Amino acid sequence: MRYLPLTDSDRGDMLATIGVSDIDDLFVDVPAEARLSGPIEGLPTHASEMAVEKHMRRLSKKNLAAADAAFFCGAGAYRHHVPATVDHIIQRGEFLTAYTPYQPEIAQGTLQMLFEFQSQVAKLYGCAVANASMYDGSTACWEAVAMAGRVTKKKRVVLSGALHPHYAEVVKTMAKFTEDEIAGGLPSMQGSPDDAGLIERIDENTSCVVVQYPDILGRISDLTEIADAAHKKGALLIVVNTEPVALGAIKAPGEMGADIVVGEGQSIGVGLQFGGPYLGLFAVRDPKHVRQMPGRLCGETVDAEGKRGFVLTLSTREQHIRREKATSNICTNSGLCALAFSVHMTLLGEKGLRTLAAENHRLACLAADKLDAIPGVRVLNDAFFNEFTVVLERDARELVRDLAEDDILAGVSLGRLFPHEEALSGGLLVAVTETASEEDIDALCSAISENMA
Amino acid sequence: MNAPNKSGWKPGTPTDATSAMNGPDTVTGNRALMLEEPLIFEIGDSETTGVDFAFASRLDLAGVEQPKQPTAASEHRSRLGGLDRAEKIELPGLSEPETVRHYTRLSRQNYAIDLGLFPLGSCTMKHNPRLNEKVARLPGFADVHPLQPVSTVRGALEVINELAFWLIELTGMHGVAMSPKAGAHGELCGILCIRAALEARGDAREVVLVPESAHGTNPATAAFAGYRVEDIPANADGRVDLEALKARLGPDVAAVMITNPNTCGLFEPDMKAISDAVHEAGGFVYCDGANFNAIVGKVRPGDLGVDAMHINLHKTFSTPHGGGGPGSGPVVLSEALSPFAPLPYTARTDDGTVHLVEEEDAESFAQEHYGTTMQSFGRMTAFHGQMGMFTRALTYILSHGADGLKQVAEDAVLNANYVLRSCEDVLHAPFAKSGPCMHEALFGDKGFGGELTTLDLAKGMIDEGFHPMTMYFPLVVHGAMLIEPTETESKASLDQFIAALRHVSSRAMDGDEGLKSAPYYAPRRRLDETQAARKPVLAWEEPEAPSGTPTQSERGGR
Repeated sequence: MRYLPLTDSDRGDMLATIGVSDIDDLFVDVPAEARLSGPIEGLPTHASEMAVEKHMRRLSKKNLAAADAAFFCGAGAYRHHVPATVDHIIQRGEFLTAYTPYQPEIAQGTLQMLFEFQSQVAKLYGCAVANASMYDGSTACWEAVAMAGRVTKKKRVVLSGALHPHYAEVVKTMAKFTEDEIAGGLPSMQGSPDDAGLIERIDENTSCVVVQYPDILGRISDLTEIADAAHKKGALLIVVNTEPVALGAIKAPGEMGADIVVGEGQSIGVGLQFGGPYLGLFAVRDPKHVRQMPGRLCGETVDAEGKRGFVLTLSTREQHIRREKATSNICTNSGLCALAFSVHMTLLGEKGLRTLAAENHRLACLAADKLDAIPGVRVLNDAFFNEFTVVLERDARELVRDLAEDDILAGVSLGRLFPHEEALSGGLLVAVTETASEEDIDALCSAISENMA
Repeated sequence: MNAPNKSGWKPGTPTDATSAMNGPDTVTGNRALMLEEPLIFEIGDSETTGVDFAFASRLDLAGVEQPKQPTAASEHRSRLGGLDRAEKIELPGLSEPETVRHYTRLSRQNYAIDLGLFPLGSCTMKHNPRLNEKVARLPGFADVHPLQPVSTVRGALEVINELAFWLIELTGMHGVAMSPKAGAHGELCGILCIRAALEARGDAREVVLVPESAHGTNPATAAFAGYRVEDIPANADGRVDLEALKARLGPDVAAVMITNPNTCGLFEPDMKAISDAVHEAGGFVYCDGANFNAIVGKVRPGDLGVDAMHINLHKTFSTPHGGGGPGSGPVVLSEALSPFAPLPYTARTDDGTVHLVEEEDAESFAQEHYGTTMQSFGRMTAFHGQMGMFTRALTYILSHGADGLKQVAEDAVLNANYVLRSCEDVLHAPFAKSGPCMHEALFGDKGFGGELTTLDLAKGMIDEGFHPMTMYFPLVVHGAMLIEPTETESKASLDQFIAALRHVSSRAMDGDEGLKSAPYYAPRRRLDETQAARKPVLAWEEPEAPSGTPTQSERGGR
């Protein structure tokens, strides 16, 4: 078998060195009745590289790849062009096949990259400190809620109704076990988020307010008032961002008073991958909150000769030191996705990120205007970045399914995100990135107008 | 022990002032191939970008009708609601050649499994097959959105279901939750299933028993799920003390979390009896599957009475660790726990169709196919889990097949025992008398001379060209060193490692103070972790310059 270097004669020599005659002598502690004598029945035996690739390729062909469609899906996962350099760098064995950098003298590559990544995320979010990544945006969101509980010693969590429903579900699921009280809801189908309504729900027992920006309907509004209202009641403002490219065009959450900013980093460098692995981003505006943060942190220091170097630090927050008193149980995070993000962000730089964001917004405006002109179709948003909601005079979910037959992936219907909610069933979320051509937009518009009846 | 190789060739190491490492200082600070690399913030600036944005131009191909000119931005008013980001973001950019060079230089400061044996105990650093990488990048897997209509992602659902089938068969369990993002997330999933099952029968329990030798995520997970954590006593052989455990079990114990093979590298021979006792007392058995690599294809946890076990796909099933993730931690479940598994999940019905069961149809699906109400404890993550890891793990499993996976476990155990028996005369091996180890060999620091510690030995191994073993874990052995060579090492590679370990061990036993300053030959000497923690510098800040000097960002271009 191609991944196993030992030969039969090696095995014989090694058994002799160990002082046993048969491999099963090394499994004596496994009770004989539980030990399997041969390979598990009914499972295939080993296969050649060619055969395995053929099998997997056949399965992959049963999916419609975004590149083969006119593609407008978003809702927390965005398709952007990832430069070829990114995939090359993350496939270098020194990055791909390294472990968590526990031995800093021989892991400076990973550590310096993480320090740069943390710095990039902090600047993007308008925050002081970011960690070395979480699993994804939804779990980062829950970790932020848990952290707010530790900081404020309060248990009531106010979720915006316009938070991604999967994120809200994760928070609600975890809260069942931690006994936090969750106040959630549905998004209001209006042009702007219901900030006033959200502010009304904040009270003295509130540990945090969780707002998505841009929200699940693609809407954006200034968060300063919510931040002020939360702070007046002793609560933290958690801002969730699922599209980091947006922050190349619109104000950073940290600039508007967010205390914890979390999000999904997938859209820079990582790719769609049917939902994972993705990249959780986690940052705090005020450095005083660093010691309550979950996850790994990389810090700068010097070596014995005074040269600058980097180490994992403040690990007394973490499970391998604190065990049951840790800030989180997280261990492995998303190191390689953080590298992909960081390489892509380095290629972009501020200039590239702003240009990319402007192009996304230009195309989204173009698509919104064209869609709004179709009878029976109305754009909901007063403001948006690269994703907006259109309201249709028919069930949007059915429409999405119909259009998929013609290789048009028209977006994500609100019916998919909020099933059984009649009031939302006409809503369709349309994301327009630089990967959509104007021809794709025209194709979408004519398909929708033909299918409105 | 054996010479590094049969020809007797051995590279010279520098020994005097004229040697390579002690040569004259260089202007750059570089030493030939050992290249220093500044931060991107020090070499990049906000005016440079390595990406071309030729949105306005199109390839002019002969015979192809020219697309119309793109619509100018000015024709559409900005819809950003007055929230334009006015302040500088200060994100540095590099051109493509500079970017490639920056990261390539950084990469060369890393040790990796591609460079040599990486014997981190309990971490299973095995070879990462490149076919896995190729398959994961097929557009049908890599370029698919998680919320596309189900009719357009049938192949993705089949991958999830096919991998689920293998995991269930290999573990002898009843069901599997695929969505957890890594091992610790899987642990949480398993413990939450247990809590949901107990609550469903109105049986609130407060305590989870965890052995002191367990991975730190075990107690952290149990505490996170609202349980009080208590120790399980171990016996002198490094195994669970069955009688003491039985004495502690009672109506307040929700679960015991056991790692098997355990973190001392030993199989728990009483596992079935432990499970029976726990079940008798109304609790559940959680097995930490971090060490599944030792037994895959040889014994099935389901046959030992386990109720829940996470499987680190990045350990047993060869998906890359990537410098700290992404991982993937599916959890196999017993019949008693399966109904409580999180959403979403995939299920194949009799007609052969693989369904994606999400919140909206979980209830109707449970009614129709299981004849019960929906009992899932909820959702742990957005979307459907680590698809990119599923494709890699399935590729690996199909490559090995049932016969190959059995050979994996056998070779992993053989290699670890070979290291144990080749070094037990020079290093203290606390459980060597307990019989064969499984996939990892455990040593302690007993007998080290002078003030030398396990850390010093580990740093000495770095100079010998190896990544050190896991240190100071498990906590039950003083100065623990846990060595897991894995099955993907050749005998020659093991022999070289053994020769190095024997040499550095003798130095430690002899109190060789030179080890205190190791490593000498790594990209960095020992790093000051105290300073890092006392005055944390966690993000780059532009150094303060004398007043009147333009800062880097003010200077703009180079």
